[in-house]
Amino acid sequence: MITTKFVNGVRTKHKGRHPKHRTVNEWLLLAVAVLCGIAVFAPFGLIILNAFKSSKDYSSNGPLSWPTSISFDAFVDYLGRVDFPQALWNSLLISTLVAVIAVTLSLMSAYPLGVGRVKSSGMVLAVLLVATMLPHESLIYPLFYGAQATGTFNTVWSVIIVFSVLQAAYGTYLLSSVMGAIPKELIEAAQLDGAGRWQILWKVLVPILKPSLSVLVVFFFIWTWNEFYIPVVLLSDQSSQTIPIALATLRGQHNIDITVLNAGSLLSLVPTLVFFLLFQRTLVRGVAAGAVK
Amino acid sequence: MSKGLAPTLRRPSGYWLYLLPIFIGFLAVVAVPFGTNIYFSFFRWKGGAAPMHWNGLNNYSTLLADTEFWNSLRNSIFMVIAIVIIPTVIGLLLAALLTDTIGRRFGPRIASFLRATYYLPQILPIAVAGFMWSWILDPANGAINTLLHSLGMDGPDWLGNPDLAIYSVMLMLIWLQIGYPLVIFMAALSRVDPELYEAAALDGAGKWRQFVAISMPTIRPETFIVVLTATVAALKVFAPILILTGGGPEGSTVVPSFYAYRNFFELSQVGYGSAISTVMALVIFAIAALMLWWQRRQEIR
Repeated sequence: MITTKFVNGVRTKHKGRHPKHRTVNEWLLLAVAVLCGIAVFAPFGLIILNAFKSSKDYSSNGPLSWPTSISFDAFVDYLGRVDFPQALWNSLLISTLVAVIAVTLSLMSAYPLGVGRVKSSGMVLAVLLVATMLPHESLIYPLFYGAQATGTFNTVWSVIIVFSVLQAAYGTYLLSSVMGAIPKELIEAAQLDGAGRWQILWKVLVPILKPSLSVLVVFFFIWTWNEFYIPVVLLSDQSSQTIPIALATLRGQHNIDITVLNAGSLLSLVPTLVFFLLFQRTLVRGVAAGAVK
Repeated sequence: MSKGLAPTLRRPSGYWLYLLPIFIGFLAVVAVPFGTNIYFSFFRWKGGAAPMHWNGLNNYSTLLADTEFWNSLRNSIFMVIAIVIIPTVIGLLLAALLTDTIGRRFGPRIASFLRATYYLPQILPIAVAGFMWSWILDPANGAINTLLHSLGMDGPDWLGNPDLAIYSVMLMLIWLQIGYPLVIFMAALSRVDPELYEAAALDGAGKWRQFVAISMPTIRPETFIVVLTATVAALKVFAPILILTGGGPEGSTVVPSFYAYRNFFELSQVGYGSAISTVMALVIFAIAALMLWWQRRQEIR
């Protein structure tokens, strides 16, 4: 529905700019692209369609029919099984803190590598890059052990520490190349004005780097939000679970209605969707920027 | 120039202080755990407070003869097809379609709307995506089989049939992955000077010829990054397997990271799990290093 509206909107708006007639081929290609879009969106549509059905409606009419009436039973059932507000809070707390800490860490460590050009900075970057490629299973058992030993097991802090470092490894890599492109004269001018290293970082570099920093904040937030492997191991207690982990605990509960699973999935993806709508441009631009650095 | 610098700024050693936080973090979260993981791999150990028995390289030699491990590595090739090869090709074609035909002939707004739609699965928590798909692929109640049924066909047991399950997982992964190369390629294609296409068209080059001769060389750096990062991701696939199939049926969808997880947390063979994950890390490094080396060599040429 939305797609058609867009097509019409765009058509009228751009009529003047396209004096040539669109060929049949071009319309066919558009149809292909729109069909692909519908195929990608379809699973989301199905979730929405079935989350609001009663389980009786679902079992008698199947997953593809329109709901006979709007029912919130599935949501009530899901909220009875999972402490959703707690999971939402945990996810928000973990993702926000990781985003802030990881960006600060990246900024600090990228500074000597990108601007200071310290000796063997290439080596340091290579080591950090390796960290971003490591499969999490090759860290998990010692991390599991370490979290228990430090009393951070089943608390949000274990996950916050782990992801702050892992995300910062990537952030350092990206920011140091952005910093490397900043003209040296700018830093030298600040030095002549008597600014120290610390001041140059915060008063000169941070304002220039703002666009890159905000992209990193957005990315670190959503990556941490979506993480699965490490949280599923370190956060087994309901009080510390994140939204994806809370949903995953329903796996294996055989007495559960499909509509409840749909309601749970829908509730779990709403925050992500809201975030996506708010930061769509940053996300899309960020992926592309990250690729060429 | 250096005459005016404050003395502290001239000393490059002072910069190292800024690296201290990441250094400590890296030690605590990456280096020591990774080293400990390697250490564990030389033991027979049930985990927790159980006694550790020195096992030398036995875990590794067991691994070499373990058909389930080789099976999991073979499944990694399927993951590479589903995460690297198919999405990169489709992403490239769709990116060209959106930038060239749709962006130019139907306006940029519909192009960016479609781009956002394709990208949507990328921001979904993998656990949520897994749940969505395990229901969509459900043999009795799922959306796909209901649709097939209404068309008079009997749908297969997508995730329960050992010959089919890995392809069903691949289907979901393709859906999940497509937006990533697409977004990168669209940004890359916007770098191409439209006059190049016009000149080529005047010389009689068709759309396809223009794509091969102009677009593809322009986006080579991005293509390399997409292939490299997606390959690393494909070798690390874990959550879709855990949620969609649990490695089954009959072990047909086990991937290395899931096999390691099972040894750690289900079979209580921590030493063996550590050996698997160590080998996986080395395989990933080797493949990434090989790709980077190959890329360097291409650049020099």
